[in-house]
Amino acid sequence: MKKLINRPETVISDSLAGMAAAHSDIVKLHTGPRFIYRAEAPVKRCTALVSGGGSGHEPMHTGFVGKGMLHAACPGEIFTSPTPDQMLEAARKVNSGEGVLFIVKNYSGDVMNFEMAVELAHAEGIPVSTVLIDDDVAVRDSIYTQGRRGVGTTVLTEKICGGASEKGYNLKSLTELGLRVSKNGRSMGVAFSSCTIPARGEPTFDLGPDEIEIGIGIHGEPGRKRTSLKTAGEITRILALSIIEDPAYTRTQRSWDAGAGAWVEEEITDTPFQRGDRILAFVNSMGGTPLSELYIVYKTLEEICRDRGLTIIRNLIGPYITSLEMQGCSITLLKMDDELLELWDAPVHTPSLRWGM
Amino acid sequence: MLTKDQIVDWLRRSAAVMRDKSSYLSELDAAIGDGDHGINMERGFKKVLEKLETGEQQDISTVFRETGMALISSVGGASGPLYGTFFITVAVKFVGKTQVSTGDIAAAFEAGADALARRGRAREGDKTIVDALMPAVRALEEAADAGESVYNALNKAVQATQRGMEKTIEMTARKGRASYLGERSIGHQDPGASSTYLLLKALYEAAS
Repeated sequence: MKKLINRPETVISDSLAGMAAAHSDIVKLHTGPRFIYRAEAPVKRCTALVSGGGSGHEPMHTGFVGKGMLHAACPGEIFTSPTPDQMLEAARKVNSGEGVLFIVKNYSGDVMNFEMAVELAHAEGIPVSTVLIDDDVAVRDSIYTQGRRGVGTTVLTEKICGGASEKGYNLKSLTELGLRVSKNGRSMGVAFSSCTIPARGEPTFDLGPDEIEIGIGIHGEPGRKRTSLKTAGEITRILALSIIEDPAYTRTQRSWDAGAGAWVEEEITDTPFQRGDRILAFVNSMGGTPLSELYIVYKTLEEICRDRGLTIIRNLIGPYITSLEMQGCSITLLKMDDELLELWDAPVHTPSLRWGM
Repeated sequence: MLTKDQIVDWLRRSAAVMRDKSSYLSELDAAIGDGDHGINMERGFKKVLEKLETGEQQDISTVFRETGMALISSVGGASGPLYGTFFITVAVKFVGKTQVSTGDIAAAFEAGADALARRGRAREGDKTIVDALMPAVRALEEAADAGESVYNALNKAVQATQRGMEKTIEMTARKGRASYLGERSIGHQDPGASSTYLLLKALYEAAS
């Protein structure tokens, strides 16, 4: 293992300390328990947005804390969910009285830890709600698996809901907005190489020199198939068509009923993309794939979308939800409307995403 | 009867076992998950020991609650909330007790196992902790009905847990990360069921 670290045990604490030092005008680091929060938190009259997940996907989530996006982010160990005490303490820190929305990715650990945090926050009288992101179309079956994983749409949800928080959306309307973004977004990824978790010191999975994994998860979860290396055009076509032609997706989600103080289960269906849709196209690097190659992907993606009657009205291209140094990329398409567009364009000022201010 | 001191001894033994078997559990996890179950459990039970050694626990309930809270705040992943939910639910059943009978243990473990299964939305056959824990609960209930000693009851519970753990080898995973492998998960023993077996075995040894 060749990594630019001091010791495997201090990777996260060293990195967070450096980040807080570099962006002290935007964020602060809380230790014991660990989270990154907005320097000016709590922000008056704003519903707070808190996310979190395993580390190793930087800049998500800590790099998205700041004006117009998250109020706090709770990093776990690498590829391991954070714990409820982190989420609860972060919620206390950023709650202005308007309540806290947790943005959660659909992994069993993240879901269960956030559920416990919701119950603890509720018990303290903090109004709390959740939005679950499950957008990875590589997973077809939701009955015999954990369901679709939360990937690229998470970043877009954090930005759009962050814009809405600044505009004064209350907890209920922010939760509904988050669910709409989640339902409108679909993603799929590909890996060319594994990453290496510092504490393990060896690659998470093996890929032959000419092999790629289509539909890879951001922790190296297996995808749809392992195949031989293809051109960027061919790979982009596989990913893009898997997303565009994905049929309606139905699953049961558990959401928090604050009034009843209990979890309720609800069946939710995402509708497929249709000719005439206006979309945001997000081409993401898994960490080891350079920007130049992402633009090669975007070139083909743009052609395919045009051919399918989808108009790309915004794009985001770069490493935003990574898997350490994994080589590969993911594509996320998000169906837009006027409200989502206005919130996407709203000013944002975080360590890793900044425009309009 | 099982005393508070024996429970504390169990948790000490558990911490030692999780340290010794850390690589074993992580290797099982690497085959169908993300390979960190051993590291996470070792870190969690180290925290449990620290917590138990810094305070004086009035009763068995306090020992269980502090264990659960320590696991929830340090394990992460799915195992933290699952084991944490189990210990905290059991704690509620043991309030004010400094020793517990076979019947007490059977009833409390049943409540704990049910809460754990609800937290994880898991049923027997899904290839999870539940597949090792539920057989133990049933063995404890049978032993309690037969009026058996704690030692004999735990002996039977450990055997039932071991069989439950071994059955996970033939199962297809339906929960957690391993579920994405589908039938490719067959042939591998579930790491969560394996750590449950190690914990039950340590409890039996502490009762000896």
